[in-house]
Amino acid sequence: MGDMLKVLRYELRSVVRGRTVLGLGLFFALAATGLVQLAGSVARALPSLANLVLLAVPLVSLVFGTVAVYEGRDFTELVVSHPVGRRPFFAGTWLGRTLPLATAFVVGVSVPLALAGVPDGSVRPLLLLLAIGVLLVGVFTALAFLVAFYVRDAARGLGAALLLWLAMTVLYDGAILMAVGVFAQYPLEEPLLWAMFFNPVDLARVTVLLSLDASAMLGYTGAVFHRFFGSGLGIVAAAVSLAVWVVVPLVLAGRRFERMDL
Amino acid sequence: MIGTLTAVLTVAAVQVGAAQANVVPGGPQGAIARAVAAARPHDTVRVGPGVYAEPTVVIDRPLVLVGLPGAILDGRGERGLVRIESDSVTVRGFTFRDTGVSFTEDRAAVHVEKAGFCHVAGNHFDDTFFGVYLAGASDCTIRDNTFQAVADRETRAGNGIHLWYSVRVTIEDNVIRGHRDGIYFEFVEDSRVSDNVSERNLRYGLHFMFSDGCTYVGNRFVENGAGVAVMYTERVVMERNTFERNRGTAAFGLLLKDITDSRIEGNHFVGNSVALHAEGVRRIEVTRNRFHDNGWAIQVMANAEEADFVGNDFAGNSFDVSTNSRRTATTFTSNYWDRYRGYDLDRDGVGDVPFHPVRLFSLVVQRNPPAMVLMRSFLVTLLDLAEQLFPVLTPENLVDPSPAMTSRVAP
Repeated sequence: MGDMLKVLRYELRSVVRGRTVLGLGLFFALAATGLVQLAGSVARALPSLANLVLLAVPLVSLVFGTVAVYEGRDFTELVVSHPVGRRPFFAGTWLGRTLPLATAFVVGVSVPLALAGVPDGSVRPLLLLLAIGVLLVGVFTALAFLVAFYVRDAARGLGAALLLWLAMTVLYDGAILMAVGVFAQYPLEEPLLWAMFFNPVDLARVTVLLSLDASAMLGYTGAVFHRFFGSGLGIVAAAVSLAVWVVVPLVLAGRRFERMDL
Repeated sequence: MIGTLTAVLTVAAVQVGAAQANVVPGGPQGAIARAVAAARPHDTVRVGPGVYAEPTVVIDRPLVLVGLPGAILDGRGERGLVRIESDSVTVRGFTFRDTGVSFTEDRAAVHVEKAGFCHVAGNHFDDTFFGVYLAGASDCTIRDNTFQAVADRETRAGNGIHLWYSVRVTIEDNVIRGHRDGIYFEFVEDSRVSDNVSERNLRYGLHFMFSDGCTYVGNRFVENGAGVAVMYTERVVMERNTFERNRGTAAFGLLLKDITDSRIEGNHFVGNSVALHAEGVRRIEVTRNRFHDNGWAIQVMANAEEADFVGNDFAGNSFDVSTNSRRTATTFTSNYWDRYRGYDLDRDGVGDVPFHPVRLFSLVVQRNPPAMVLMRSFLVTLLDLAEQLFPVLTPENLVDPSPAMTSRVAP
């Protein structure tokens, strides 16, 4: 624990000194400001903001996470040669990257919105959006670490990370859309809902739907959909599953790191 | 206490002038009926505070029946309460309660049978099967009443205000909750429904069929099981009504079926599963309405003829317009669409590029409803964009040629 905190403190200091996170925070702030200005009000900006969260957050987290691992390789070798356990070091590094990024996202998005004035009705969806964003940061830095520890070459690792992003934001949904067309004759409700749980971006998106498109979702004649979208059940299930999506890649990456030959 | 009040009733026919009779609790049964029977045409019968569990009061002569504050007519779950069989009857100031459910008769708290110029005002209807039931009535007014029913199933519920073969009826400032249909019209003509609130009814907030020439102004229809459905009618005017949060698989803010020569103007449709569904409509004008935060703002079927949507405001809807054919006789002109991404170079407030309100994704969902889980996916955004640029699947002539750049509907 002590070692982890020490590593974490070091990481935080170097991340802050590196200014990248500051830049990302500014990017989120600018994007949020622009969206609010374009839409005219915070309430109207929420859907576009959701798109920003679902697209930009995974991409930024993946790139930021992989780059961190590749850049810190020398330092890793140095520290690990000392009497510091690999597990605390891994945990400290991951937290040291994830926490600043999550903070940059939350502060970057919420400050311009708070300045513009959030109407009462938009507080809940906005908080939900921020929570989803933070969870997505966690999921995708964990995935980034996983990729970076498995792929030694930095260029290939970054490529793999980008491919992963493309797969999760576009290709996966494309496959689902095709499946829907091919298996149109079959009852698809349940398998489709299950499919959402195997992609964190979809999982996050479905959670957004629960708050932004409830009217449409309740218009569809499916008992399973109704149970899922009509009650608190759906949001809890989605949030828990997103948390699982943080833990699983993290555990896999940690195990790989503990055993790998640096 | 109630028992002692109702067990014995007395008629104290205190004459205040020649035309007034007072009924107070504490005499033999049937006090109100006897006061009515004793009254001359156009007399006033005043009923004092207390609970009256009497046989149905039949009013067969022109009369003003007034409930003083605290006058309660109780059906004990067994009977209707007042039956109006004469012209020019006024019933006001009562609390009507507990008529019970009947499967053999249309039991109502106030039943008007073939009468004209009746006036039902300022009453409270507490768990009645039908509230006010007009059959063959004309020139009646139903005003300032509240209806609160607690039915749990459609089959065990009656309508709040029910009109059958009636003409020139005015229904205004009533509040109706928890009935089967809030307001129900069948074969009603030239009537006016204004400033009522109809909410949380089991089926429809407002339901009418074969009711030509009626006007609906400033009403609120909120959270009804199936919203509002109106059918087989001509010359309907609906202005400044609010249709809000009518959600569910068969819930429509407003369902129009075989509606002809009608006007729907300045209404607010907010947070409904389907805001406006139109099939078999002919020559209807839908102008300056707000469609905000609905699942589907407009579902217009291909059998709609000359349905014109002008100057409406579409924002925050999951789907703006969906239809079931590539051909359509529906026109959209000068509406504001929050999805519109065109430009306005000459700054005249009208977009220079036409807007196609039917998204490719809405067609996908129509064919395969479960695909709805892909809503807001980046992939879907890309597909919609591609279809917008080169329409091949969406209806080509369903287009707004002159989309407004800013909303023109006052909030």
